[in-house]
Amino acid sequence: MLSTVQTPRSLSRFPFYIPSKPFLFHTTTSRFSSEPIAYSSLTEQSNSTTTTTTSPAPQQSQILTIRQSLLSRKITATELAESYLTRLRLTEPHLNSFLHISDTVLREAQELDQKIKGNEEIGPLAGVLVGVKDNICTKDMPSTGGSRILESYRPPFDATAVKRVKQLGGIVVGKTNLDEFGMGSTTEGSAFKVTANPWDISRVPGGSSGGSAAAVSARQCVVSLGSDTGGSVRQPASFCGVVGLKPTYGRVSRYGLMAYASSLDVIGCFGSTVADTGILLHAIAGHDRFDATTSKQDVPNYLSHFVPASSLETKPLKGLRIGLIRETLDEGVDPGVISAIRAAASHFEELGCSVNEVSLPSFSFGLPAYYILASSESSSNLSRYDGVRYGNQASTDRLNYLYGDSRAKGFGSEVKMRILMGTYALSAGYYDAYYKRAQQVRTIIRNSFKEALNENDILISPAAPSPAYKIGEKKHDPLAMYAGDIMTVNVNLAGLPALVLPCGFVEGGPAGLPVGLQMIGAAFGEGELLRVGHIFEQTLENTKFVPPICDS
Amino acid sequence: MASTVFRSFQIHPFLLHTRTVLGLRNGVMYSSMKSAQSQTATKEKKQPQLRPSNQSKKLENISNDYEAIIGIETHVQLASQTKAFCSCPYHYGSLPNTSICPICMGLPGALPALNSKVIEFAVKVGLALNCKLSMNSKFDRKQYFYPDLPKGYQISQFDVPIATGGYVDVDIPVEFGGGHRRFGITRVHMEEDAGKLLHAEDGSHSQVDLNRAGVPLLEIVSEPDMRSGIEAAEYAVELQRLVRYLGVSNGNMQEGSLRCDVNVSVRPIGQSQLGTKVEIKNLNSFSSVSRAIDFEISRQVLLHSQGQENQIVQETRLWNEGSQKTVTMRKKEGLSDYRYFPEPDLPAVILSKEYVDDIRNSLPELPEMNRRRYEKMGLSMQDVLFLANDNNIAEFFDATLAKGADTKLAANWIMGDIAAFMKNEQLTINEIKLTPEELSELIASIKSGIISGKIGKQILFELLAKGGTVKGVIEEKDLVQITDTVEIEKMVDQVIVENPKQLEQYRGGKTKLQGFFAGQVMKLSKGKANPELLNKILLEKLNSER
Ligand SMILES: [Zn+2]
Repeated sequence: MLSTVQTPRSLSRFPFYIPSKPFLFHTTTSRFSSEPIAYSSLTEQSNSTTTTTTSPAPQQSQILTIRQSLLSRKITATELAESYLTRLRLTEPHLNSFLHISDTVLREAQELDQKIKGNEEIGPLAGVLVGVKDNICTKDMPSTGGSRILESYRPPFDATAVKRVKQLGGIVVGKTNLDEFGMGSTTEGSAFKVTANPWDISRVPGGSSGGSAAAVSARQCVVSLGSDTGGSVRQPASFCGVVGLKPTYGRVSRYGLMAYASSLDVIGCFGSTVADTGILLHAIAGHDRFDATTSKQDVPNYLSHFVPASSLETKPLKGLRIGLIRETLDEGVDPGVISAIRAAASHFEELGCSVNEVSLPSFSFGLPAYYILASSESSSNLSRYDGVRYGNQASTDRLNYLYGDSRAKGFGSEVKMRILMGTYALSAGYYDAYYKRAQQVRTIIRNSFKEALNENDILISPAAPSPAYKIGEKKHDPLAMYAGDIMTVNVNLAGLPALVLPCGFVEGGPAGLPVGLQMIGAAFGEGELLRVGHIFEQTLENTKFVPPICDS
Repeated sequence: MASTVFRSFQIHPFLLHTRTVLGLRNGVMYSSMKSAQSQTATKEKKQPQLRPSNQSKKLENISNDYEAIIGIETHVQLASQTKAFCSCPYHYGSLPNTSICPICMGLPGALPALNSKVIEFAVKVGLALNCKLSMNSKFDRKQYFYPDLPKGYQISQFDVPIATGGYVDVDIPVEFGGGHRRFGITRVHMEEDAGKLLHAEDGSHSQVDLNRAGVPLLEIVSEPDMRSGIEAAEYAVELQRLVRYLGVSNGNMQEGSLRCDVNVSVRPIGQSQLGTKVEIKNLNSFSSVSRAIDFEISRQVLLHSQGQENQIVQETRLWNEGSQKTVTMRKKEGLSDYRYFPEPDLPAVILSKEYVDDIRNSLPELPEMNRRRYEKMGLSMQDVLFLANDNNIAEFFDATLAKGADTKLAANWIMGDIAAFMKNEQLTINEIKLTPEELSELIASIKSGIISGKIGKQILFELLAKGGTVKGVIEEKDLVQITDTVEIEKMVDQVIVENPKQLEQYRGGKTKLQGFFAGQVMKLSKGKANPELLNKILLEKLNSER
């Protein structure tokens, strides 16, 4: 495990990776000074530093390992950053996880080393390299959303989540690839490049946060931010064998996240362990006056929920009621996935849980309702990309052509299709039949989850009906791709939190393909999901989810 | 200059709609429709009637057979410190794109956060318009593409406006026939303003100024209760008064803080079905509201009377101030589909009873209540309408009375010399140096005979321009009225002695010359002699010695 912080032996032989297709970094964008915000969570955050002594053993969290290594002067932040950058440069030509790599990582690491030298206080994410999905705005880097229409766009402000990561000492290593504006499940929908799955580079990493998932999986960074509208964090986490957390709607500020479907979007976290994912969530969660849909509920200290493996009892989850969603193991789901999930259910039983099958009869309605609502909202949210104020502008002297050409050239086909579907669904005469009915379905789904969660503490299901499939396999079959979202969209419709963690393998690729287990909790129940997920993770024997690309 | 991203493009000509400031100045003292008098023809009717301005007498007769139905949509810009969904301030006339941020520019990832003042102001207006409030309303997105609309949608309210079903009471000025009218209010809803397009003079390109984008507006929709241009204009003036009394807007039409779009249709009297509705825009003053409507009514009546009512089509027409006509801007081809849906970025707007009650209890006196109060004080309707037209003037008047001044005298001073002074100097009543205390003191000084009315006027202008106190000016300029009979007798004697010729003529029967003598004495006293005493003594002296 510590190998991730050690410099790989063979590195000096490899030349520095230079992106073959550099992105155009225009400086044309406006000069705004975004207002400073006082984060109360900053003080809260410092608690997690003090809990370090009683916290889990280092190997459960790369973030804590890094912190201890830095504070004990075992390694410098610069050495650490160099080791990650080196691996990143080695693997990136095969993976294409990133759309942009920061050129200030080493400088930021050096500044941190100066602080450590001077015995200055360092933040809980100090020295942690964080990948950020490119639909999340970053001030000093391009933010394209994977779209041609924002090809040279640099935002004048950091998204709230990014701002909090930076304030706590995190170093943004770069911007990760995604399906254009988050619309897709393979990352093939990026206007710029196709990201490969670290477990088998002929396969997709999932999507839309495929770049963020692949980057964590290949240890190109420690943790990463993604966004989840219908499964865009959880499905790639499953495909890439990493931990992915979709928080409750309203738990994390969306300010600075390019809106796809505002009532479903949420920024989520990737890590190689449950603990890292929880630490990252703690950093970014909480009320934000710039996002009226964020909750004012306190953010618990997730770290204190983690019990070290050494002090676990024989039945550490005794009394916990787990509901296995019957409809998610129906036909159409890969048999290997089903057996991995059944094995996970047995594992829960071994840990002392009672596992029961629960039925959510409305489950299958979620997919069409989701696609109507998400498309409707996206048709509105993407109206701002009109070429008037920023982004690529068609050169024309007529207003209608300015709109038409800028958007025709700027958007990819999947985005256009969703804008058209959404525009149709919201049109006079169709609104009641589509949008309104989808909202009614949403209410039914929300209620059925509520009922199921009254009788169960946590619901489980696969995160995706199959493991990672081949690049190009579903590219021209959008319905097949949409069908892959069946496991995840209902959770967005209900606004609930869900944690995906690798639970096993199915055959495929050079070393097998990981399968992700989805755990769904009650609203704002991230703490419980993380606690249970952590125990599950610590007690899962003989499984290491490090992809073969890291061994080379 | 603008720190933006300010791009140019050519615009489709028919989309060009300038919001240039034309029309008449409606200065402070402009009690409702005064300037329209000259334009619009005259006089009373209890029955609403048509008064075409510059059209033939014949038409005027025909028009008696038709009835106009008028409704108004008013946009009121709210005077909150910051925009509706971000912390940018808004100042009319700022350099383009100097008051913008990621939110009101619609940058990727930016989200709206509601300014609670918007709700407060909307509730105030809703209550003042006697509306029913929606305790649970929401925002919706109204979607269309236009370069001044940064997000490609306007945050507005669609099917659940914050207030519905109210009314407003209006007193029609005496010169327009007087009378009291009640006009229904269909709905009041909150929304955000768009930016502005600046068109190059040669028409080659347009630029976008987003300073105004995101500024909060209330849209107030009336019932189609108005029947003439005057009624419509008076309705609009009353809304202006109302928002100014409430302090929610400066209500300034020239700056676009109050914008009226009117809908006009005409039908033969007795017909229940409504005629085809025409919308008129570009109304930059109350008088243009009145004149544009009257023109449009005449145009439609003429078409009706010629059997060409099918020529009246559903369209938007622009009022052209120069030609005093409405002209076609765009024909409506079917209904525009704005694809409204609930704004997912903003939570529902939920009002508590307490919140509403607090606002209700803190409402100031409204124009209608103010007018009824003045009426009860015995003031004429003309005085009432003048004084209650501007809440600042009403406050000044009330403060003067509170200091003990006589009601009618205070009204006369304010409506006369003070108003004239403000008009000449283009000042508002809050900008003049005279205080209500001193006006009251001045009135009292005249009444008690310390100074004459004439001197009073002199002192007034001194106070208006320079401030100070009545006592101070009297002392400084030695203006105390001479009421000492001995002193006045002395001056009368002197004048009589100095003008023997005139005395002879007077005594010869030319008694008109009394005025001459009085003038001379007044001159000698530097205007300070008490006029009644002066005349009494003068008459005695002129007539006695034979
Ligand atoms: Zn702003």
